Amino acid sequence: MQCNPDNVIYMDNNATTRVAPEVVDAMMPFLTDYYGNPSSMHTFGGQVGQAVEQARGSVADLLGADASEVVFTSCGTESDSTAILSALQTYPDKRHIVTTRVEHPAVKSLCENLDNLTGHKHRVTWLKVKADGTLDMEEYKASLSEDTAIVSVMWANNETGVIFPVEEMAKIAKERGILFHTDGVQAVGKIPMNLQETDIDFLSLSGHKLHAPKGVGVLYIAKGTPFIPFLNGGHQEHGRRGGTENVASIIGLGKACDLAAASLTDENTRVRALRDKLEQGLLSSVPKSLLNGHKENRLPNTSNISFEYVEGEAILLHMNQYNICASSGSACTSGSLEPSHVLRAMGVPFTAAHGSIRFSLSVYNTEEDVDFVLEKMPAIIENLRKMSPFWEE
Amino acid sequence: MWEYTDKVQEHFINPKNVGEVKGADGVGNVGSLACGDALKLTIKIDENDIITDAKFKTFGCASAIASSSVLTEMLIGMPLEEAKRITNDDIAQALGGLPKEKMHCSVMGREALEAAIADYTGAILPMAQGEVVCDCFGVTDLEIIRAVKENNLRSVEEITNFTKAGGGCGKCEDSLRSLLAKTVEDLPVSAAEPAQQKRMTTLQKIKKIEEVLEREIKPTLKKDGGNIELIDVDGDFVTVSLRGACSGCHSSQTTLKEYVEKKLREQVLDTLIVEEEK
Repeated sequence: MQCNPDNVIYMDNNATTRVAPEVVDAMMPFLTDYYGNPSSMHTFGGQVGQAVEQARGSVADLLGADASEVVFTSCGTESDSTAILSALQTYPDKRHIVTTRVEHPAVKSLCENLDNLTGHKHRVTWLKVKADGTLDMEEYKASLSEDTAIVSVMWANNETGVIFPVEEMAKIAKERGILFHTDGVQAVGKIPMNLQETDIDFLSLSGHKLHAPKGVGVLYIAKGTPFIPFLNGGHQEHGRRGGTENVASIIGLGKACDLAAASLTDENTRVRALRDKLEQGLLSSVPKSLLNGHKENRLPNTSNISFEYVEGEAILLHMNQYNICASSGSACTSGSLEPSHVLRAMGVPFTAAHGSIRFSLSVYNTEEDVDFVLEKMPAIIENLRKMSPFWEE
Repeated sequence: MWEYTDKVQEHFINPKNVGEVKGADGVGNVGSLACGDALKLTIKIDENDIITDAKFKTFGCASAIASSSVLTEMLIGMPLEEAKRITNDDIAQALGGLPKEKMHCSVMGREALEAAIADYTGAILPMAQGEVVCDCFGVTDLEIIRAVKENNLRSVEEITNFTKAGGGCGKCEDSLRSLLAKTVEDLPVSAAEPAQQKRMTTLQKIKKIEEVLEREIKPTLKKDGGNIELIDVDGDFVTVSLRGACSGCHSSQTTLKEYVEKKLREQVLDTLIVEEEK
C-alpha cells in the first residue's frame, strides 16, 4: 500500500467511511469462533441467528421502524433494485415510474434499463431540480398518474447533500395509491428519522456509508407493503431475500446503527460546525468559488464547492499530494466525458461543473483536519489557475 | 484512481514551460471549457525554421497538463519540419504511456501543435474542414478517420477514448460505427483482418467451417487417433460430433473449446459457439 492511513485527511465520507473500531470488535467473534449458520437447528448456529436478530433491532431503532420491517441485503444498490422491481411486478399493468434527474446511478441506471430488464415498455418521469438542487413539488404532483407504479426519490443527494422532502412526497403518493421508495443511503445516520410515522413504503441503506463494512445493506419494507423478492432462494429473511446471511457484516451494521443513533447530535452540531468552517473558509479565501446546492436544506457533513476555471481531477491530485481525500464531479474523474449529471441538472455552468469538489466529513474529522485543508487549498487552486488559459487575473 | 506513469505525475506536479511565449510566431487554441479541457500553445520560430521556444496554458486533468508540458519539452530546439510529423502517439510515448481513456489528451496536444504551425504558415487547418460528426465535442469526420488509421482503432469505444467523439449524448454512435467500418475497409487488407465481422449466410458459414475442419482441425485430431464431424449450424451455434479416440476422452471438452472453437472463431466468425452433439 502506498498511502499510510495514519497520514490521511479523509473528507470523502459520502464515498465510504472508516469502519468504526467498535464495529470491528463486534464483528470479530463472528469471523472466528462463531461461524455457525443462523438458520441451523443447533444452538451453535442458532445463537448466531439471535445475534442477527439483535442487529436487526438496532437498525430498526435507528430508522424508527419495527424489526420485522428490516431486510438485510448485500448493498444499497441491491436494495434499490429490489424495491423498484418488486413494485413493478406487484402492479404489472402500471408502467410508469417517477424519479429525479439527480438520483445515484443505482436508481438512475436501473430506470434507464427497465425495458430491457423486464421486457416491457416503461415510462419514466425524471423530475427536474432547481438551481439550488431542490425539487418543484408542483411538478411532482402533476407527474403522478393512474399508471404510476412507484415513486423513487433519494432522501439526500450524495453529491450536494441537498435533502428532499420525502415524507411529504410519500404522503402525496400514498393518497393516490402509489408505492414510495427512497434511497436513504446518504441520509441514514446523518439526520433523524422515524419511518413508522411516515408513508414511506421502502427505504434503502448501505452499511459502509455509516461506519459499517462494505457488502451489507438494508431494505426497509413497511408493514403491509406488497413485496416480491429479488433474490429467490432459501427462507432467509422470512423468505424476502434468499442467500445465507452475511453474518459478521450484519452484526457490524447493527453496532454501527447503535453508534450512529448515539452520535446523531454530534453529527448535527460538531460535524456541521466543522463543515461550515471549512466551507466558509474556502469560499472566502478562494476567489471565484461557489457553493453548489441549497445552503440550509442539506446534510450536515457535505459541502460541494466549485472552483471556476480549473478542472476537478487536477485539483484532487494536488490535494492527494497532501493526502487529502475528497471527490469531484468533473468529467475526468469518472472515466466518462461529461461532468456530474447532478450539477448539470442544477444548471451549474461548465466553467464551474468541471471544477467541483465534494468534501464530506464524518465524526472522525477534527478541527486540525479542517485547518490543514484551509491552509493548502488556496495555493492549489491559484497554481492551477495560473496554468489555465481561461483565467485572467 | 488512474494509473499514471511516474513521468505523467512528474509533468503534472512540476509542469515545464507554463505560460505564453512573448511575441509568439504561432498560436494554437484547441478545446473549450465545455469540453472539460483546453490548451493554448504558443511557439517561437527562428529564421532557420527551428522552434526556439514553446509554452502552454492548459485547463484540464493531470494527463492534459502532462501532455502539454511534455510536448513543449519535445518542441524546443526542434526543426519545424520535424515538429509537423509529431503524432499523438509520440506524445503519449514520451510520457511512458497514458491510460486508454485519456488518449484524447495526447490528441489535444497534437491538434494544438498543428493549429500553432498552421497559424505560423498561414495554412488552413485541414482537419477543421471536415464535417462535424460529434456535436457534443465538435469532432469532425476527418479527425476521426485519422485517429482510426494512425492508432489502429477497432471499436467505437476506442474512438471515444482517442477523440472524445461519442462520449457525450451518444447520438452519433451509429455514424461513428459506419465511419469506422468504412475506414477499416479502406485500409490495406493485412491491417483490416482482425475485424472480420461481416454478416454470413448459414450456407457460407457451413462451407467455411467445413473448409477449416478439413484443412486444419481433422489432420491435427487424426494424429491422436481422433476425428470430428460437422453435424449442424444454427445461427452461431455449431454442433459437432467427436469421433475415434476423441469420443469419451476426458479432455474432449477442452479440445472442443480451446482448440476447435478457437480455430473456427479465428478463421470463420468470432461469435461462433461450438457444442458437442448430445
